[in-house]
Amino acid sequence: MKLTRSSNQAAKTEAKPLGMSRRQFLKTAGIATGGIAAASMLGTGMIRRAEAKTVSVPHDAPIEIKRTVCSACAVGCGLYAEVQNGVWTGHEPAFDHPFNAGGHCAKGAALRYHTHSDKRVKYPMKLEGGKWKKLSWEQAVSEIGDKMLKIREESGSDSVYFMGSAKFSNEAAYMYRKLAAMWGTNNVDHSARICHSTTVAGVANTWGYGAQTNSFNDIRNAKNIFLIGANPAEAHPVAMQHILTAKERGATITVADPRFSRTAAHAHVHLPLRPGTDIPLVYGLMWHIFENGWEDKEFIRQRVFGIEKIREEVKRWTPDEVENVTGVSKEAVYKAAKHMAEHKPGTVIWCMGGTQHTVGNANTRIYSILQLILGNMGIQGGGTNIFRGHDNVQGATDMGLLFDNLPGYYGVTTGAWQHWSRVWDLPFDEVKARFDARQYLGRDPMTTPGIPCSRWQDGVLEDKSKLAQKDNLRLAFFWGQSVNTETRQMEVRDALDKLETVVVVDPYPTIAGVLHRRTDGVYLLPAATVFEGEGSVNNSGRSAQWRQQVVEPMFDSKRDMEIMYLLAKHVGIADVWTKNIEVKNNRPVPESVMREYTRGMRSIGYTGWSPERIKAHTMNWGDFSNETLEAAGGVNKGETYGLPWPCWGLPEQKHPGTQILYRTGMNVNQGGGNFRARFGVEYQGESLLADGSFSKDADIQDGYPEFNADMLKQLGWWDELTEDEKKLAEGRTWSTDLGGGIVRVALAHNMVPYGNAKARCRVWTFPDEIPTHREPLYTPRRDLIAKYPTHDDMQVHRLPTLFKTIQDKVVADNLDKKYPLIMTSGRLVEYEGGGEESRSNPWLAELQQEMFVEINPADAADRGIRNGDTVWLEGAEGGRIRIKAMVTPRVNPGVTFMPYHFAGVMHGEDLQYPESGGISTKPYVVGESANTALTYGYDPVTQMQETKVSLCQIAKA
Amino acid sequence: MATMKFLCDTKRCIECNGCVTACKNENDSALEWGIQRRRVVTINDGVPGEASISVACMHCSDAPCMAVCPANCFYKTDEGIVLHDKDTCIGCGYCLYACPFGAPQFPKKGAFGSRGKMDKCTFCAGGPEETFSEAEREKYGANRIAEGKLPMCAELCATKALLAGDAEIVSNIYRERVAYRGAENGAWK
Repeated sequence: MKLTRSSNQAAKTEAKPLGMSRRQFLKTAGIATGGIAAASMLGTGMIRRAEAKTVSVPHDAPIEIKRTVCSACAVGCGLYAEVQNGVWTGHEPAFDHPFNAGGHCAKGAALRYHTHSDKRVKYPMKLEGGKWKKLSWEQAVSEIGDKMLKIREESGSDSVYFMGSAKFSNEAAYMYRKLAAMWGTNNVDHSARICHSTTVAGVANTWGYGAQTNSFNDIRNAKNIFLIGANPAEAHPVAMQHILTAKERGATITVADPRFSRTAAHAHVHLPLRPGTDIPLVYGLMWHIFENGWEDKEFIRQRVFGIEKIREEVKRWTPDEVENVTGVSKEAVYKAAKHMAEHKPGTVIWCMGGTQHTVGNANTRIYSILQLILGNMGIQGGGTNIFRGHDNVQGATDMGLLFDNLPGYYGVTTGAWQHWSRVWDLPFDEVKARFDARQYLGRDPMTTPGIPCSRWQDGVLEDKSKLAQKDNLRLAFFWGQSVNTETRQMEVRDALDKLETVVVVDPYPTIAGVLHRRTDGVYLLPAATVFEGEGSVNNSGRSAQWRQQVVEPMFDSKRDMEIMYLLAKHVGIADVWTKNIEVKNNRPVPESVMREYTRGMRSIGYTGWSPERIKAHTMNWGDFSNETLEAAGGVNKGETYGLPWPCWGLPEQKHPGTQILYRTGMNVNQGGGNFRARFGVEYQGESLLADGSFSKDADIQDGYPEFNADMLKQLGWWDELTEDEKKLAEGRTWSTDLGGGIVRVALAHNMVPYGNAKARCRVWTFPDEIPTHREPLYTPRRDLIAKYPTHDDMQVHRLPTLFKTIQDKVVADNLDKKYPLIMTSGRLVEYEGGGEESRSNPWLAELQQEMFVEINPADAADRGIRNGDTVWLEGAEGGRIRIKAMVTPRVNPGVTFMPYHFAGVMHGEDLQYPESGGISTKPYVVGESANTALTYGYDPVTQMQETKVSLCQIAKA
Repeated sequence: MATMKFLCDTKRCIECNGCVTACKNENDSALEWGIQRRRVVTINDGVPGEASISVACMHCSDAPCMAVCPANCFYKTDEGIVLHDKDTCIGCGYCLYACPFGAPQFPKKGAFGSRGKMDKCTFCAGGPEETFSEAEREKYGANRIAEGKLPMCAELCATKALLAGDAEIVSNIYRERVAYRGAENGAWK
């Protein structure tokens, strides 16, 4: 265990071939010694300014304490930021915070650096004639705005792409979506597309809402924890505080993951499935559950629709077939199933390992169905705890920062646009006139989802006759999104080259600013970090928190909403965009923005939120219990921390928030509920409504449809509305009635406004009605293709999407022979997302200095590869990356794993980063992007990219 | 008078490295690239039985580093925290031979001469310079103990695996945990 002196040294010494852990290996390989010291000696005015800010503050300068929330993941850890003389000088633990009790992972404990990192873009910049040039904000905005207008004139509004961010506050996310709407396009999206889009679609279509059903803290109540495709020890470390607490109280833990992950190290059972075989594995678990009668029969009878089809499918998945397809032993599957049956309640946790697949939508449904069969929904310690990735990806998703949605998951139908036009106080026809009115491939741009974040490159490169819009994308904003997180980096690079104008709005240049081979037409606009502004942010558990501004925007950066406003003003839409929103110093005021969206987002119960309520929660962390998330006393007495939506009614009605969705054991007014009636009242003659199950105290003690004006009349409750409410409610449903009367009356009868239905196992509107195993496009098991083929090619919204063509090609060209190793990807604890920000933080960068691939000792030996060797990894579409080999039994033979946070090197060549303020913006650590080797493959429902199964070959460099 | 100790509960440690960057964050000016006063060591990496432990100076009661130092640069505070004087340190590395935990570290170069003065965990208690002075911060880092606070690494631990403070309180917390989960799941097994 003794640490050796050589591990102090960042460079030179070759990695020892054997017996080294990942950290040791990475410490000894890599970056030049004294990277930080060297950088700070390069001193220019800017660096001195930055240093002066951190160093010259005397110890006794007065301390101002700000409450903020970590930006590294969606657990939502709180912290106290100490500010002295306008500089963030100290980070103190928030022991009283209900989510993290002061704890942080490596990223959270290193947050303070982000505000003064000298790797940031310091002022607006432009690439011109191969040189980076400083611009004023006025000049940058006017040049970009003029280009937008010119493109609109020539190609229509759909040729501008609005890539947004999961780092936005709720307010900025909402305003960005609205900006795209006012511009007249649905070509707006963000990283939720490549994160949990398949969860949102799959889960919402099962029981109503596409979000985590319980909370991190509630995991403490679980007696069994099943993690599939989730590695919280690295991706959501503070969630482990709750998971390990549950374990200490007796919970059993099963981890299904191709790797023996750091989370698996704490589990009782590890199921090392072949990547892409989640559906067979879960059917395999169900096989034992049905075989032994472990299912919750009463729950199924009352609350589940379409179980017969599942029972039929389960019959196919005998223990032998499951072992054959997944590679997991029969004994292990049985043991995991037995734990689920014997330890109740149980929760299921999943992340990207489940979602980022061509069958992602079906994966998320099968996990949900497992919980339905076990009767684990709507109870403490149960539920599907779906951990979101970025700090506000839940909020940005709620805000409809998506290619197929308006805020509140209303979709982009005409009805949705009419609803939001009313909220915006704009005539629908005026909003409609902003869109391209012609049809393309039989589709209408206003009501057709746009181009997804996962495939914007196809929007640039695809033959425009195959696109369901007028022209290719010509200008793209990359606003707080690293494009190295997208697969097919070679196409990403080509697309960056082909775009007429690339606009990066971010604290860092990001890979969009450096991957291209251009000499002109790239703009870098310095955005402030989340700590340099204020606003609300939703954690994965649907709880909102209010970030106080820690420091003023650094350097010449501006906050997101100010940049949006300046652009909106230049292109002439600022007035409609902020019609009823207060604007101060070119910035929409966050509180005012929140009041507008809470009024509109009725469908997910945002109406009970107000800036005052959310702030009151954030300012009283200590009143909320770490065990229950509820406040026993104080100004928020009886409420759940962060008012997890749905938070019904008006703020004055003080609904406490809904910590656990679909919880029939509680009155809806106290946070209870039931599955949502979202898919009609019957299907093929069978009722979809709940049968004898209802939330506590409901006046109708059975299933019922969602509330609307007609239903109130039929029930004889119409006259319970006031005259004013009646005017607004006429002809409306609970989710479009801006007066809120329908919801108020439903709640008065202790009934859930969205109705009371069964959850459904069958989604008849999806390509696969029930979750169906389909071999990955790049499968290593060609023998299984005949039995479990992928989909036929199809047009999804604006883009053609290939399935069978690719799978056929794998066989025809023997790609599975040429590339025999499975390639999968995931996270490291030190880095986040594309990693530009975290790799620019020396405290983190020092801990992971090399891009690497994990390879089993058997596969390594076959190839003459030793631990620490430099290797070339080639993906099945020819993307080649030069990285280090980490030889480890963590991965099974035939499987390789890479982290996806690296960028800055392509095909073995270093990319050039601009200088800003005399300092290179190149992160302390760069490396090849795993996505250069990763390949084509998209979910047919959401256009999620496949990052978890492809094929590769590895050779010593 | 308290006796300060660390304890890392391996059943809770998830190797998230929060303690390492917490230390970097708090002792910022005193640390340079390559010096990590606290490190997480993982055994059985990637196979069943994998376990991690966060290691730094354990502030031994009878500290071997102190016993062997030829320049006599070590001293112990009233709370049992082992500190050293970088002005006296000759950078010989004898303390590293003596230390059972590999805590002492030597920068290749830096503000304290080319031989490299030894650097190690201070339990966030600064050093011999005047408390809260610029010199203390530059050479030794933060002095949280003087502020009435505990070391940053333990304060920010994600899963409360790393505990720091008065030995009696640390063992009380740990005893309660063991009572919950049973002896076979003790910290060191």
